[in-house]
Parts: sequence; structure tokens; C-alpha cells
Amino acid sequence: MPRLSMVEAIRDAMDCKMAEDESIVVFGEDVGYFGGVFRCTEGLQRKYGKSRCFDAPINESGIVGVAIGMGAYGLRPVAEIQFADYVYPGYDQIVSEAARLRYRSGGEFFAPIVIRMPCGGGIYGGQTHSQSPEALFTHVCGLKTVIPSNPYDAKGLLIASIEDDDPVIFLEPKRLYNGPFFGHPDEPITPWAKHPLSEVPAGRYVVPLGKAALRREGKAVTVVSYGTMAHVAEAAAEETGVDAEIIDLRSLIPLDIDAIVGSVEKTGRCVIVHEATLTSGFGAELAAQVMERCFYSLEAPIQRVAGWDTPYPHAEEWDYFPGPARVGRALLKAMEA
Amino acid sequence: MSGRLSLHVPEPSVRPGGRPDFSHVSVPEAGEVPRPPIDVNPSEIRDFAYSMIRVLDDRGEAVGDWAGPLSAEELRKGLRDMMLTRAFDARMLLSQRQGKTSFYITSLGEEAIACAHRKALEPGDMCFPTYRQQGLLIAAGWPLVDMMCEIFSNEKDRLRGRQLPGLYSSKEAGFFTVSGNLGTQYPQAVGWAMASAIMGDTRIASGWIGDGATAETDFHSALVFASVYRPPVILNIVNNQWAISSYQGIAGGEAAKFAARAHGYGIPSLRVDGNDYLAVYAGSLWAVERARANLGPTLIEWVTYRAGAHSTSDDPSKYRPKDEGAAWPLGDPVERLKTHLILHGHWSEERQKQMRAEVDAEVLEAAKEAESHGTLHDGPKPSPATMFEDVYKEMPRHLREQRQQLGV
Repeated sequence: MPRLSMVEAIRDAMDCKMAEDESIVVFGEDVGYFGGVFRCTEGLQRKYGKSRCFDAPINESGIVGVAIGMGAYGLRPVAEIQFADYVYPGYDQIVSEAARLRYRSGGEFFAPIVIRMPCGGGIYGGQTHSQSPEALFTHVCGLKTVIPSNPYDAKGLLIASIEDDDPVIFLEPKRLYNGPFFGHPDEPITPWAKHPLSEVPAGRYVVPLGKAALRREGKAVTVVSYGTMAHVAEAAAEETGVDAEIIDLRSLIPLDIDAIVGSVEKTGRCVIVHEATLTSGFGAELAAQVMERCFYSLEAPIQRVAGWDTPYPHAEEWDYFPGPARVGRALLKAMEA
Repeated sequence: MSGRLSLHVPEPSVRPGGRPDFSHVSVPEAGEVPRPPIDVNPSEIRDFAYSMIRVLDDRGEAVGDWAGPLSAEELRKGLRDMMLTRAFDARMLLSQRQGKTSFYITSLGEEAIACAHRKALEPGDMCFPTYRQQGLLIAAGWPLVDMMCEIFSNEKDRLRGRQLPGLYSSKEAGFFTVSGNLGTQYPQAVGWAMASAIMGDTRIASGWIGDGATAETDFHSALVFASVYRPPVILNIVNNQWAISSYQGIAGGEAAKFAARAHGYGIPSLRVDGNDYLAVYAGSLWAVERARANLGPTLIEWVTYRAGAHSTSDDPSKYRPKDEGAAWPLGDPVERLKTHLILHGHWSEERQKQMRAEVDAEVLEAAKEAESHGTLHDGPKPSPATMFEDVYKEMPRHLREQRQQLGV
């Protein structure tokens, strides 16, 4: 089976869908001839022509706005926002329009669009190339929010998102594009090829939205995580020796609450890990739902590990990033009570 | 010379209590602006943005290059569309005052724009309207009862009571769901048109915005995408002089004509007398033909006057002279078309009176039927259980749980 990086898997998903469905168009800043700043769309314009893969003006409200119009027409546009940090000019179109067309038109119009965007830190991107804005989307009814952690999931989730009739925010942890990352910036980058989840079948397959993956079985504590932090949590479990069970959510909305509840009822402890800032982050929603559903199984307070409530700093990146040491401390703390 | 700086805050020439003043609106003679070929180089018609395409002169004669080929029968239908729209608005305004709905927006004085524009479009074309283009639906023959059921949010409201009154949706009538947020539909119209071009279709899009909302980012986003990809889209600006209480100067209308905003994007633009049914039809048709011939976008500023309040929630006498509408130099669209038809012997005051009674009766009958299906606070209404539907295509678990919590 071919081994792909996350970039290659994302490209393969679009390639595979564009080949079988002419209603799929791909566009965004630097996406056409050049193939995207992270190379996710490389070769697609050559293969499918300029009217199906093209560069967009630097205008995110326009990118999202025209994608909605295309979706209402009957296309399935896949729009790239160059960095998640740039999405805010398009936020009104996402929140007030894409998310509500179906509702406000009684089902007559809808926006079957995917908005892809690289997120997260770890590349010295500073406060404008490192953000994880997932909670700004999970708070909006009508949107689905997806965040893969590996090449196999990235391809299957992106195909599922493209085929979905609801608007999907597809967040791609950029630190994972070219290799898994366990939170140790000083260690050499290992390519995806050495990781089992880089085995990506050719052709169409789907990883359904709303199904979490179990990354590590354990009995002592449940770690709920997603994206880059799923790998960091694995590293923290290995390094502390805590017998953690690690759940990678893969999609936040829809949420696989059964997977979380089943695990927490088994372990009686819960640590929630994300890279986004703490306050009002998606971890707050997860903690609330675990409390509502698992209170009588809990033997210790829920721990949250997240980015500090500051902008993502440039030089202090690794003080900001919730690395394995911080996650490890939370695991040990969850085990104390 | 230097001194202390001061800020320029535009102010209309007159406020309540003052004498209406439209001296800043220059009105060229009808027929003065030539009709260029549809493949004209935009740079050759830049002066159009500072003039005004007018067909009907002061006597009601149709003059000049833009005087179109509409038959007397078509013009009578146009007159009826406008009168029906006006009667519909009057009835719904009354219904709001009677508490049958929460809110209403009339298009009084602007009926020609939506009605004549609709006539220039083909079935399958898609409009992306604002809340003041009900004339698009009415001129398309869309059932008044269906529109009223939306206004009354009753059991027959296809939008299930979710939308504010007047924010219709009809895919079949080429009427995209009205947002209620301003300007957002403009890039969507461009995107729809891009999709049509990508698919090698023949259908075109028509986007709508008001003078006030041209200040929104989305207006400029739409123009830059329309400029870059040249999709088959018409970008309509309805300049009715007022955005609630803010006159068009607050949107930048004093510094430059709204039509001139297209120039920076290389998009050809027209500025048209919006109270002249024939001019609106002719200008629309020119843009439709351009779009259909793959010549790309056209921007049109329709110059008109919002003769009524912004909505049922504001009192215009608080911010503009009460008699300002009567002083508006472009007159009333219904009166002007009527005068034209009478001048040519195709109409009479008696027939006008008859038609007035006819459209009033049609509206009254529709209102009775719509009210029999319920009004906002009275009679049958959508089930609260439907509130949770259509958020997603399939209802997710958390919404099923919330519906159970509501107990429906």
C-alpha cells in the first residue's frame, strides 16, 4: 500500500474526488499554478484545468462568499484559506450564510462546501500563522468541524467532507503535514513513511464524520484530544508511564460522545488536551459533557491542557505549546486523587 | 498654512422642518445617453457613471437609443406588476399594524426596478436579492399567498416561521434566500455566476445591494472577483438615497457616484433612472445580453427614492422632511408609465382605476386565504419540533436530545 504524507493524502483526496465528479472545484490563494503554499493542491490545475483549480484574490470573505454561491448553484467547492489565522474576514460568510442557508430557506438552498485551512503552531509562525480557531466554528450551529491527525484519516475525512451536504470546516494541523510530531521540537523530524497511519489506500474511501479513533488503549485515564495533540498525548503517556487511553476525536461536530463516555466510565479519569487557547475552548464543551454524563464515574477532577490564553508568540513558541511535559503533568495529577 | 485638523462628517442638505432640496441630483434629458454595443470597452463608457440613462421624458414620450421594443401589452403588464406590488405592500403594511406580523418592509416608489429587471431575465437565472425586491417575485407571477404565508409565519410558510417577514426564498422563481445581513449575497451572486461559467451553462446571476450596503466589505469582494473571473453576473445597486436614517453620503455617495465604483475594477457600469420602467428594462437587458454573451459582469446604479419608511420600525419624519418624496425629481414609476401608455392611446384613467380595484381585490383575496392558514399570533403555526430541522441535512444527536428536552 502506498505511504503518503499528510499533504499527499489531502491532495489525493481532492484528486480522487475531482476525477469522479466534475462539480468539484478547488480554489484559494496560490492554489492554482503554484499548488498552494503547503503544496496540497500541486498538480491539480494541470490535471483538471484552470476552471476547476484556480488562484483566488487575497480576499477571504470573497473566497467563502463565492464558494457559497457555487454551492447554491450545485457545485461542491473546496476552498482553501491559506492559514486558519486568515479566515476571519470570511467568518461572517461562514457563520451568517454558509451555516444557515439550509435552515433559513427551509431546505431549498444549502452550501455543500469544504473550507480547508492549516492550523496550529510548531513552525515559528507567530501569532498570525499558528492559531487553532476550531471553537469559533464548533460554536456555530449548522457547521461541521473536522481535524485529522494523520494521512489515512486526512484522506478519508476530506472525502467524507466533500461528499457531505453541509458546510465543513476542515482544519489541517500544519505541523503534521510532513511527519508526525510528538512535541519535541529538538528531535529530528521523522517522515510519515515510518508511521503506520501513512498507509493510504488508492482511490475513494471514507472515514465517517462523527467517529472518534482509539489511538492507545489504557485503563488508568482517558485522554480526549485531536490533531497534533493526539500525538503529543501518546508521547506523554509513554514518557510518564501512565496507562492512558487516548481518543482522537477526528471530528468535533458531529462529536462522538459515546466513545468519550465509554472510555471515561471505564477509567474514571479524564484529561482533555488541545492546542487552542484554554478559555471557552472546545475543551470546555468536552469537560461539560463529561461532567453531565460521567459525573458518578469520575474519581478525580477533569484536567484541561491547552494553549495559554495569550496570542501565539514567535520566539517563545515552545513555552506556549502544550508539549508532552505539560500533558504528562496533567496525567499524573489526574492519577493523584 | 496649517491649523487644527477637523473631521468631515457628511450631512444631507436638509433635515426635518427644512424645504426638500434635490439640487444635488442632476437629471439629464431623456434620450441623452447613447446605447453602446454590448461588447463596448468599459473605458469608453466611463462617463455613463456620471450621467443617467432615461427613456421617458417629462411628457411621457419614450425617446433615445434605449427606448426599447416593449409592446403595449407588455407595458400594461409592467404597469400591473408595479401596481400589484404596491397594493401587496400596502396590504402587508396594514397587516403589520394590525399585529398579524411583526415587521414589514415596503418597496414604495422603487417598484419599477425589480419589476422591469425581472422581465429582462430568463427562467433559470438566479437573483440574489435584498429585502426590498419583492417585485422580482410578483413580476414573475409567484403566488401572493405563498409570500403572505411567509410574512404571517403560518402553517403554510415554507420557511417554517424561521425568517423575518419578507425574507423569502424561492429556488423555482430564481429568488435566492434573502439573508437579512447586508451585502453578503453580493459575492454569492458572483460565485453562482462563476459556477455557471465553469459548467458551460447559459444561466446568469443578478446580485442586489442598496446604496448604504455598498460600504460593506462584501461589495468590494464581489467586485474584485467579478473583475478577475468575468462571470455572467449583473451587480445592481439600488440607490434609494436612504439607509434607515443615514443618507447616501454616509456610504460615500457624495464623494463619487456609486456607479463609478466599477471603474477601478474595469467593470462597465450604467447609471439609470430607476423610476422609469422602460429605462430599467433597457438597462437590464443590455447587461443580460452582455452576461449571456460571455462578456462578463455589468454594474448598474438604479437611481430612485425610498418613498416609504425603511421598515415598520422607523419613522422617516424624524430624519428627513415629510414632503421630501413629493419633491423627488424622478417622479413616481407607476404614474410615469401610466402617462406614457395614455399618451399613446394604450391606456386611460378609467382603465387605471379599474386595474387599481382589480389588484386591490387580488391582494385582498390572497390575504384572506393566507390568513386562513394563520397569522403570527393567531391560528395554525409551524410546529416547534420543526425548529430543529434543516440545521443540518440529517439531525445530529445533540439536536435530537435538545428537541426531546423541549418536549416536542
